[in-house]
Amino acid sequence: MSTTRPIIVDIRNITKSYRRGNQVIPVLEDISLTIAASEFLALMGPSGSGKSTLLNLIAGLDRADSGTIRVGGVDIAALSETQLAAWRAAHVGFIFQFYNLIPVLTAFENVELPLILTDLSRRERREHVRTVLGLVNLQDRMDHYPRQLSGGQQQRVAIARALVTDPTIVVADEPTGDLDRAAAEDVLVFMERLSRELGKTIIMVTHDPRAARRAATVKHLDKGVLANALEAAVPERV
Amino acid sequence: MLWKLLFRNAFRHTLRAVLTVFGVAVAVLAFGMLSTLVDAWYAGVSAAAANRLVIRHAISLTFSLPIAYMEKIRAVDGVKAVSHMTWFGGIYIDRKNFFANFAVDPKSFLDLYPEFVLPEDQRSAFLKDRRGCVAGRGLAERFGWKVGDTVPLQGTIYSGDWPMVVRGIYQGRDKSTDENQLFFHWDYLNERLKERYLRRANRTGLFVIEITHADDAPAVAGAVDAVFKNSLAETLTETERAFQLGFVTMSEAILMAIRMVSLVIIGIIMAVVANTMIMSVRERMHEFAIFKTLGYRAFHLTSLILGESLVVCVAGGALGIACTFPALKILTGYVGNIFPIMDISPTTLWLDVLAVVTVALVAAAFPIQKVLTVRIVDALGRMA
Repeated sequence: MSTTRPIIVDIRNITKSYRRGNQVIPVLEDISLTIAASEFLALMGPSGSGKSTLLNLIAGLDRADSGTIRVGGVDIAALSETQLAAWRAAHVGFIFQFYNLIPVLTAFENVELPLILTDLSRRERREHVRTVLGLVNLQDRMDHYPRQLSGGQQQRVAIARALVTDPTIVVADEPTGDLDRAAAEDVLVFMERLSRELGKTIIMVTHDPRAARRAATVKHLDKGVLANALEAAVPERV
Repeated sequence: MLWKLLFRNAFRHTLRAVLTVFGVAVAVLAFGMLSTLVDAWYAGVSAAAANRLVIRHAISLTFSLPIAYMEKIRAVDGVKAVSHMTWFGGIYIDRKNFFANFAVDPKSFLDLYPEFVLPEDQRSAFLKDRRGCVAGRGLAERFGWKVGDTVPLQGTIYSGDWPMVVRGIYQGRDKSTDENQLFFHWDYLNERLKERYLRRANRTGLFVIEITHADDAPAVAGAVDAVFKNSLAETLTETERAFQLGFVTMSEAILMAIRMVSLVIIGIIMAVVANTMIMSVRERMHEFAIFKTLGYRAFHLTSLILGESLVVCVAGGALGIACTFPALKILTGYVGNIFPIMDISPTTLWLDVLAVVTVALVAAAFPIQKVLTVRIVDALGRMA
């Protein structure tokens, strides 16, 4: 991890547990982690290790039981639900394993969704959407509905939706988990470019070692604890 | 774009949406028709004039009053004009052709009821012909009567054949004026009664008076009744509205039942739409979680669900209201002789709209609460 880049995500001593009936199941225990701006971080670990939970906490989708999470200098635990929703809209881009596109909206409209919440005019929104769909090479698929697109294309639409607001961080939960090898490779190459060329901070949860190798930094979680840190420069990983 | 989303979501399952819209339409149609039926029951009350009082026998409407009362009534302070009318109960060819027919004092009656509009030539022809009658436009259209036609009424209360010539066809001045009645000369009735049933002659069913000031109605009514107190035929004087209301009150239980059925229909459709909305939102809970993930707040999510509910309900409501007009026209063809005024009132239309909006709100309430309280990670399903 580069020490010259500012810290964008600063996690201190967070714990998280879930309650199932009377049983309390600890998921994350005393996790501390920092992520620098423009870093491409992969979180790996077996099922149930807590990696998706950690991703959700960083993205403001869930709340920790204790500890602090600062993203871009904002203590997100201190935000109300409404403030947190506004913060997510402005600062976080989401990429999911199953794309999570709205089936009744076209690719264009799906990408436009996050921009509806901004002050941009309709014309500005359209320009942004066209630009970002161009970035993922889907200019010719703008009017297609998700069902008319392949898995790889749908994931690229999801990536475009994640980027269209120019967020502070991009979180990706198993982004290649539902794709064939070629489509997965396309997505990973693109995410790598995002980090390297566009300076996006990406936090990716993955099972796939091939996907993890695209990341600049890999962290392993095991039973809710950060087991070790494998850090390397991107060229060495590729 | 969110507008587009509302419509696309509302009709995502076309068959389900169409059936729900149809259900709402049928409910609104039924509600509108039943409300109009209740209004029709009250049509006489609505048409009543504030400055007219009705004088009847104090014991019952079935008892008649001596015609000699007319001059005594005219002499009471506050009485501007007097007329009288007698329920004849005649049948035209067949009992199913029921319509109201009265023996009246023609001149005073037409003066007292300016809402029955008659061309001047027809009015004078009617006044001149003792065997003449005037029929409402609705009645004339129903039986194809024209001025000059002879209408053979068969008496029920006053037996025998009573042929009379149509001398005029009146039109209602107001929408609430009943155009399905027939009026003929009381003299025609009375002369035959004198010949056959002398004891029944020189009597009338009721008197109608016009008073100078509507506010004086209680005082004038009291004064009229005081004149005939302790006589053989004591009177009961009341406003025309109260008189008409008396008929409606007799069928209050039926009206209450109709109103209850209207509300039950709305309740049922509320449950149907609520069920549709709950199913629809539950199937798409993860989509709402995506919206929440992207930063959409309670206001946006509420608008999306409520909007979707409104789209379905308003579509059904509009269809239901549009169908109410032709449906009432068809219904009038069957029951027009009993309920001549079957026009959907603005109040009923507003109640239709209120019912539609209420159904939409109630149907959306539970799904909204569910969407707003669900945790994103739970709804997205595969997290953790």
